[in-house]
Amino acid sequence: MIHLTILLIFAAFLFSAGVYGVLARRNAVLVLMSIELMLNAVNVNLVAFAQYLKDLTGQIFALFVIAVAAGEVGIGLAIVILIYRNRETIDVDKIDLLKW
Amino acid sequence: MNGWEQSAVSIAVFLPAAGALVIAFAPSKDDRLLRTLAIVFTGAALAVGIAILFGFDYTSGARQFELNVNWVAAIGIRYHVAVDGISLPLFELTLLLSFLCAVYSAKVIPSPGRTKGFLALVLLLETGMAGTFVAFDLILFFVFWELVLVPMYFLIGVWGSANRAYSALKFFLFTMIGSVFMLLGFIGMYFAAKPHTFDIVTLQHIASTAPFARNVQLLIFAGVFLGFAVKVPMWPLHTWLPDAHTDAPTVGSVLLAGVMLKMGGYGFIRIALPILPNAARAWAPWIGILATIAIVYAAFCCLAQRDLKRLIAYSSVGHMGFVMLGIATLTQVGINAAIFGMVAHGIITGMLFFEVGSLYDRYHTRQIAEIGGGMNLVMPRLGTLFWFTAIASLGLPGLAGFWGEVMALYSSYSPIDHVALFRTLMVFGGIGTILTAAYLLWTVQRVNLGVAPASWKERALPDVTAVEWASWVPLVAGIVVLGLVPGLIFGMTNDAVSGLMKVFGA
Amino acid sequence: MIAYSWLIPALPAVAFFVIFLLGSRLPGRGAPVGIVAVAASLGMSIVVLGQIAAGHGPFESSIQWLQVGGLRLEFGEYIDGLTAVFFVVVCLISLCSQVYSLGYMKGDRRFSSYYAFLSLFTASMLNLVIADNLFQLLVGWELVGICSYLLIGHWWEEKENSDAAIKAFVVTKTGDVPFLFGIFVLTLAAGGVANIPQISNMAASGQLGTGLLTVAALLLFGGAIGKSAQFPLQVWLPDAMAGPTPVSALIHAATMVCAGVYLVGRMYMVFAPSGHALAFVGTIGAITMLIAATMALVQDDIKRVLAYSTVSQLAYMIASLGLGPAGYTPAFFHLFTHAFFKALLFYGAGSVIHAVHTNNMSEMGGLGKRMRTTYWTFAVGTAALIGIPPLAGFWSKDDIIATAFNTHHYAIWIVALITAFLTAVYMTRAFLMTFRGEYRGEGHPHESPAVMLAPMVFLAGLAIVAGFLGAPFIHGAFHYWVAFPGGETERFNWALTILTVAVGLTGIGVGWVLYRDYREVDPLKRLGGLWTLWTRKYFMDDIYNEGIRHPIQYPIAGATASFDRTVIDGAVNGVGLSTRRLSGVLRYIQSGNVQRYAVFLFAGVAILAFVITRL
Repeated sequence: MIHLTILLIFAAFLFSAGVYGVLARRNAVLVLMSIELMLNAVNVNLVAFAQYLKDLTGQIFALFVIAVAAGEVGIGLAIVILIYRNRETIDVDKIDLLKW
Repeated sequence: MNGWEQSAVSIAVFLPAAGALVIAFAPSKDDRLLRTLAIVFTGAALAVGIAILFGFDYTSGARQFELNVNWVAAIGIRYHVAVDGISLPLFELTLLLSFLCAVYSAKVIPSPGRTKGFLALVLLLETGMAGTFVAFDLILFFVFWELVLVPMYFLIGVWGSANRAYSALKFFLFTMIGSVFMLLGFIGMYFAAKPHTFDIVTLQHIASTAPFARNVQLLIFAGVFLGFAVKVPMWPLHTWLPDAHTDAPTVGSVLLAGVMLKMGGYGFIRIALPILPNAARAWAPWIGILATIAIVYAAFCCLAQRDLKRLIAYSSVGHMGFVMLGIATLTQVGINAAIFGMVAHGIITGMLFFEVGSLYDRYHTRQIAEIGGGMNLVMPRLGTLFWFTAIASLGLPGLAGFWGEVMALYSSYSPIDHVALFRTLMVFGGIGTILTAAYLLWTVQRVNLGVAPASWKERALPDVTAVEWASWVPLVAGIVVLGLVPGLIFGMTNDAVSGLMKVFGA
Repeated sequence: MIAYSWLIPALPAVAFFVIFLLGSRLPGRGAPVGIVAVAASLGMSIVVLGQIAAGHGPFESSIQWLQVGGLRLEFGEYIDGLTAVFFVVVCLISLCSQVYSLGYMKGDRRFSSYYAFLSLFTASMLNLVIADNLFQLLVGWELVGICSYLLIGHWWEEKENSDAAIKAFVVTKTGDVPFLFGIFVLTLAAGGVANIPQISNMAASGQLGTGLLTVAALLLFGGAIGKSAQFPLQVWLPDAMAGPTPVSALIHAATMVCAGVYLVGRMYMVFAPSGHALAFVGTIGAITMLIAATMALVQDDIKRVLAYSTVSQLAYMIASLGLGPAGYTPAFFHLFTHAFFKALLFYGAGSVIHAVHTNNMSEMGGLGKRMRTTYWTFAVGTAALIGIPPLAGFWSKDDIIATAFNTHHYAIWIVALITAFLTAVYMTRAFLMTFRGEYRGEGHPHESPAVMLAPMVFLAGLAIVAGFLGAPFIHGAFHYWVAFPGGETERFNWALTILTVAVGLTGIGVGWVLYRDYREVDPLKRLGGLWTLWTRKYFMDDIYNEGIRHPIQYPIAGATASFDRTVIDGAVNGVGLSTRRLSGVLRYIQSGNVQRYAVFLFAGVAILAFVITRL
């Protein structure tokens, strides 16, 4: 049985990698993937705590998150594809029509 | 207590809203049907109003036709409507003017047309205005109060003249800011009252038995003052009015001047004074001073106006100054004068805006210089009516405008306190009446008299039409009858006001 | 009959509504309706006066008009000798004017509305006279004002006419404001009632302090100054000549300007206890009679001569009221006789104007030969105004002058004598310039139609005999009709009377010498500075115009309006604008770069986490 602390540290690394990807990457697909990383970090946490507390709620939550993440990726990628069709780029720096 | 007594007021208030709904679903191509519907629904509301007038017991100052049921039980908001001697004249004025506006619209729908939307908004407006005068719950009052804003915003913004977008936005934001503070005041009252309540009657009872602490009163009064003062409008919060009037369509101006301004004065009488008596006494001299400034200031502004409609808008500021002066004296005579003054101003200025609207429909200008005089030669009937109304507006005895003005001055000779100050204000008010006479007669001279420019004579402008007669004759009759028999209004208001004034120990 | 006196104002009021609403659809375009109504009122007035003369005491009845708080107002009638005399005078002059207008206004395009307003004018004045309540009186008072505004401006196509109308209304309104405050003072002091007999009783019985009465009297007198065109508000009356001449006659003889004198008389119980108020009234009267007479001397417009003469004669009445109770009856006796000969003079002037189509006496002359009836009736009016015995004006004017002497008001007495002299001069001047010498105008003047001459002849008769009603040696009836307690004094003094008449005759002589050979240049022009002063109306019009009206109308009004636009509305727009400016700065935070938002988001989360863990 892996110690809870190790799992939490792993999840924190995973989450930080995701945050870095979201903040630093220009490519929208990579940004989406980074979001997935963050979500999975949360999932790891949920499952770890569920194991630690002997409570299945966390695992069920994790299943929910996976389902929602799947939907999110579906919509997100669709948006990215549409943006690419319209603007021929998926560089998030250039997608700033909403500014001001 | 039977069903009619309980429901009559609500029927009168919501009939126009129902009418608005019906109009919204009626075929928009059938113009005549829409106009007829508007007349029918406002007429029905007026009929209910007249029935209330006959069922009203004038010997008692109490509330009648009362309905008081739970609305939002969780925070104690109730649907509490009724009429008493103070609300009845203004309530009837609302129903009458709205009906006459509907009649007037049978002929004239301002550009860009779209009859359906226009009439639906006018009817919705009527519900809001009428409801304000009968609500006895602060939140209900506030809902009706705000309900008025939206239709009027669209009436000005869509059917207005040149500068309509600016004027509509200014009107909306100005009154909205006022009402936010008013709402804060209401919430303050709710929490200051033990037990918490929004009910105006209960709050008045609290004020006469165990009034709020003085500092609390002063603070809450400041809030509601802003809301009401913007609506009146009191100097220096008046600048939305000339713009709104200048750009509003005729019917909008009539209802704006005729009824909406009265909501502010009514708010002072119904809510601010009786619930916050100590604060009212503390604020009264300032209100009196602002009111008197408004009287003289508005007269000067009128002298300098070149746009006829704007001139009348400014004259409203002055006339409402007399109303506020009466209220500021905190005397029975003063409050009665204020209510009478509001009704009289509603009729007279409503009439003036009707006439200016019709005048614009013919001349296609409101610039006094472009009209160039001689209207009595070009259109003798319209000219005579305008002349008559202007004379009524300057407060000639025997016509409606006189009593509110002279009684306000009398009350300011004998105010509840600050006698020296108010007598000084009375003198300035008196000077204001001279200036008012001067600018109105000067306006008549420039518009009605002299020889008309040849261009107008060739144009063969039509004189007053049948529809215009239909919507104006009741107002003319009202001006004369109220002037000769002022007891018609004072008989309603006097007892109710004296009940209200007990809180001032008078 | 007295109880039905309310019909006297009611009939012309009904006539007004009928004529105004039906207008030219009526037979004779409405004129007969007005004439019949006022004739009926006149008949009733004479009956009422007869009943008063027969000793029926003051009659009062009223109904409640309104009740507001502690204020109770009634609407009713109060009939005593003063009321009855005014009834007769108002109805009689109104009837004459309406008959006269049949000829004078023939073919006028607004004939019907003219008659409607004449009826309303009469009704308003009668309502003012009958009122038993100060507020009811005020209603009549202001309605009289608006009617004279409408009638003075009857020919409003010309701007100067409507200017004169506005001037009349606004100037008198200036006096009405203190009048209104005077009503407030009395009403509040009387405990919320404005009933005139009640207030009079309270004043007489000393329930109201003298100080309060002085204030109230002075304020009320403000109204009288405006309405009766006394100094310093006399400026409107000469301009009011812009109206049709029968209206001028009505305004000057019976309605508008007499209202002020009536007010002082009706409220005399308030004036009498206050020495200061009486002194003020007397002083204003003395000043006005003198300056008005001097200005009458230099006018070229025949109607303006008569206008200033009215101001001057009204000042006699006002001054007489300032003499104390003894001057009460003489004042109204003079008003009574003055009504007849002043209306007569105006009709004469109107007849002349009708014939020569100008108001300027310098373009008249020699009309005596062509207009015999006008000539003789005008002569009677002139003599009556100058005070030649035994014409009406002699009795009444002598009464005032003698009372001034007998009550030891020597200053007023001397001013009154000087004015009597000036009156004789200017009336002689007007008479000679109009009717004697050679005709200086163009065209062929001819006598006016009978419908205009009839009222003139009738009034000439009254101007001869009316004075006997108050003549001392036949114990004239007038002094029983209109009397004030404590006003009985020795009234006839041969020496004084001879002096007064001699002054008048001297004036006629001076006028005769100066104007016997009038051709082109007015001999009074030799006065130089005085001539300028008088023709420029003591510069009072200029002072009011340049000092008050013009600054208010243009610079002050313009400054206020631009203050409103720039400062107040500027502040409003400034709030809006600064909100937009601020958001203009803040919006740069919204870069549109999602990653930057996310940086802020995570930074916020980190800070929150830090804060929370530290707590």
